[in-house]
Amino acid sequence: MLHTVNKSPFESTSLKTCLGLAQSGSDILLIEDGVYGALAGTIHTAMLAQATGTISVYALGPDLKARGLPEDRLIPGIKVVGYDGFVELACANDKVQSWL
Amino acid sequence: MPGTRYFRVFFYHDGVNNGTRLTTPPQDDRHIVNRWSELSKAHDLDLVVCVAAAQRRGIVDPDEAKRNGKDSDNIAPGFRISGLGQLIEAGIQADRLLVFGD
Amino acid sequence: MSETKKFMYINRRPPYGTVYPLEGLEVVLIGAAFEQEVCMVFISDGVFQLRQGQDTIDSGMKNFSPTYRALGDYEVTRLYVERESLEERGLTEADLMPLTWEDEDDDWAEKPSIQIVSRAQLSDLLEEQDVVFNF
Repeated sequence: MLHTVNKSPFESTSLKTCLGLAQSGSDILLIEDGVYGALAGTIHTAMLAQATGTISVYALGPDLKARGLPEDRLIPGIKVVGYDGFVELACANDKVQSWL
Repeated sequence: MPGTRYFRVFFYHDGVNNGTRLTTPPQDDRHIVNRWSELSKAHDLDLVVCVAAAQRRGIVDPDEAKRNGKDSDNIAPGFRISGLGQLIEAGIQADRLLVFGD
Repeated sequence: MSETKKFMYINRRPPYGTVYPLEGLEVVLIGAAFEQEVCMVFISDGVFQLRQGQDTIDSGMKNFSPTYRALGDYEVTRLYVERESLEERGLTEADLMPLTWEDEDDDWAEKPSIQIVSRAQLSDLLEEQDVVFNF
């Protein structure tokens, strides 16, 4: 399953709820304000960093760039993809769960 | 994206506001409503606005205007107003459902 | 005609502060006519939607909590409530509306619609679905 999270972990529990329910082997794509969850060195970093062991975590490049978040400030292991990568992830998984 | 087909784009909750032709965004920013209308034309997309959510928020087509006694309509080109059944039908018939919103 | 799909409606928001719980319920009720295999999930603040004793008179808002009681008649008989979400909010099952449905295969016996499940169980349930909506 592909999970998308579009809220900042500082604003909403969406990322936390997603991590609580996503199974190992699934993909998580952070989009819109959700990309703030990809940042290293924050109070929320640990919960996502922990997940990268069993879950593939992606962040949407255009949303990172829009917010001035450079790739070298992200949690190691998070892959940056473009809109085409988003579509590929949606096609590669049998369903998409959007945590709004 | 080549090879991908979109069964329908369904607008619900505040998403129905994408369907009014009366927006005037700043000149230096995107005209989202027009972009939907153009995308719909270019790719033959079925853009459906939920009638219940539209009624709540004042998105009206000519039929709805007549039915509810409104003095005008504001639906943008390319959009049509219909029921929630269209969303469920899309969920049943499509291979994937993607949801964007708040 | 395509075969039946498993539909899950996930509810994460409390009632009245936003329109999402009400409009979400409308989707569930309309969806009931399509005879798919449906269930509803209440997690995070969504569990508050099922809290009994909602009295909206002084607020002027429409009290839509009675609508949950009608779900059984629409054959929406599985309402999963996450145990962890209840506990985090100091709630127990006794705080929720006693929602039931009538099982025609069991002499119309009245059965509870709400099932308290763990996060782990919900995770498995989510994986089984074909179509998931979030409100």
